[in-house]
Amino acid sequence: MPETKSLEELQVIARRVRREIVEMIYEAKSGHPGGSLSAVETLISLYFQVMRHDPKNPKWKDRDRFILSKGHACPVLYAVMAECGYTPVDQLNTLRKMGSIYQGHPDVRFIPSLDASTGSLGEGVSLAIGMGLAARLNGSPSRTFAMLGDGEIQEGQVWEAAMFGAFHKMDNVVAIVDYNHIQLDGFVKDIMEVAPLADKWKAFGWHVISVDGHSIPALETAFAEAAATKGVPTVVIANTVKGKGVSFMENNPKFHGMAPTADEFRLAMQELQ
Amino acid sequence: MAAATKFDLKLGAATREAFGKTLALIARTNPDVVVCDADLSKSTNTHFFAKEFPDRFFSCGIAESNMVAIGAGLAYGGKIPFVSSFSAFVMNKGFEQLRVTVAYPNLNVKVVGTHSGISIGEDGPSQMSIEEIALACSLPGFVVLSPADEVSMAALMHLATAHVGPVFIRAGRMKAPVVYRADRKFEIGKAIEVIDGSDVTIIGTGLLLAEAVRAAETLESEGISTRVMDIHTVKPIDRDAIARAAAETGAIVVAEEHLVDGGLGVRVAQVVAETNPCVMEFVGIQNTFAESASPEELLDKYGLLARDVAAAARKAVARKRA
Ligand SMILES: Cc1ncc(C[n+]2csc(CCOP(=O)(O)OP(=O)(O)O)c2C)c(N)n1
Ligand SMILES: [Mg+2]
Repeated sequence: MPETKSLEELQVIARRVRREIVEMIYEAKSGHPGGSLSAVETLISLYFQVMRHDPKNPKWKDRDRFILSKGHACPVLYAVMAECGYTPVDQLNTLRKMGSIYQGHPDVRFIPSLDASTGSLGEGVSLAIGMGLAARLNGSPSRTFAMLGDGEIQEGQVWEAAMFGAFHKMDNVVAIVDYNHIQLDGFVKDIMEVAPLADKWKAFGWHVISVDGHSIPALETAFAEAAATKGVPTVVIANTVKGKGVSFMENNPKFHGMAPTADEFRLAMQELQ
Repeated sequence: MAAATKFDLKLGAATREAFGKTLALIARTNPDVVVCDADLSKSTNTHFFAKEFPDRFFSCGIAESNMVAIGAGLAYGGKIPFVSSFSAFVMNKGFEQLRVTVAYPNLNVKVVGTHSGISIGEDGPSQMSIEEIALACSLPGFVVLSPADEVSMAALMHLATAHVGPVFIRAGRMKAPVVYRADRKFEIGKAIEVIDGSDVTIIGTGLLLAEAVRAAETLESEGISTRVMDIHTVKPIDRDAIARAAAETGAIVVAEEHLVDGGLGVRVAQVVAETNPCVMEFVGIQNTFAESASPEELLDKYGLLARDVAAAARKAVARKRA
């Protein structure tokens, strides 16, 4: 397990991860900054505070697992996994380039320590439930976390999985919705409204925790509550800002899937110092 | 033997762009045309239509199977729905709906899958469709179109709209070399002989048609007279043109940006086997997913360039003469 870090240290890591995200996408000239930046604190909380895992022993059977169901946000996952020591930090800038382990979407063929290959939206909760069922059958304490986009949950499969999760009392599964209110074509409310989000999950039998997705202590508390919740699965609704940390990317649908220009890159790096 | 026509193969619009612009154009005179998209309208280019005809545009969110069945309902209601997303998502997530809800009752639904093949580049295999020709051809009654450039996409869009029945159209992300003059006539189900030749026939489709033309120019300079044929309609396939090519050239190469399994190549091979058996070679993706890199690097690594098409043609000619 990565050693325990203070809140200040984690906040330093969060800033560094944000710089790494912006830089790797800038170097790649393509990628998805918005949904990567909105998920930084959640992944830091999971990988540094919550999940039982060991970068030196990535295939440890009883480890907790993480599925980035919104696979396009992989820059944040790559940066955080590199910070943990799973993969080289100095190769982050090879993102999306020929031969790089840092593929355009998470790919277990290139990074075996990833818990799943993803990229087609809508499948992560099902995957997490499958892993949770296997853990249950194996008598393993392993827990599985799946992060979804708020646009992603428009996929019907998410709700098929939600129904299954409650029916089978999957309390070793935690879904996280990165509630940043923007998808690819624009604002979620203009494309296909998903609100009221908490009520939907509640109606499907899940324990719902709504949290400030940019507050590491609040996230830590939410995940502790999830761990203590027995008999039902938990969904953490992380209220976030798409593009968080870079003024001109914040709340801007344009930066869902667009790399910054040279000028924008410089400005972003200044803001993230 | 006609000398190879000179093609400059200037880069034109991507076929997805030609799709989006033609769709908006067609809609101006055909009020029955409606469009469904699944949170990718900026990428598929249905945004041109959406802007001009917001009342006839249905953003379905990230929910492809729902979108396909909504398209089916619109067709039952007398509309001409174009349902569109990346091929990888509309064909795979929507396949059950395409099979039972669209193909089975033979509904007038047009499915346009963009970002086909590995030439989408950096996004990687989850977004690349390399199997949709196999999928679409396995739907009874579907017409399956695979245009090579902006000219053929525009022409085939008009024909697809006029055709009554389900149609799948494959479109690419990259700017595509222009093979055809703007006034070229197309017919669904009728292959086009782009270059005449007598030693070998290269059949290309989509992005690989331009590579076939480039390969033919090289082969011609080596004294191998090369016929190039565009099979823009994969289904129903032009049996006569294939049988003729088999009889007249005795060697056929099929080149496609698709898995060899279940692609155009095996469909051509079936016709060849049933008519005039001859030597064949196949250029396509071999039993693998690709990876992230630039489109150019991927076409190079996975063997989908003129160089690879020419090598296959030389091999076919050598086998024929052996
Ligand atoms: C099944 C599927 N359909 C479409 C896409 C293309 N796509 C990639 S990201 C995206 C928007 C995602 O929005 P959201 O889930 O809100 O993610 P975030 O805002 O966290 O980036 C879309 C439509 C996909 N990857 N998978
Ligand atoms: Mg979102």
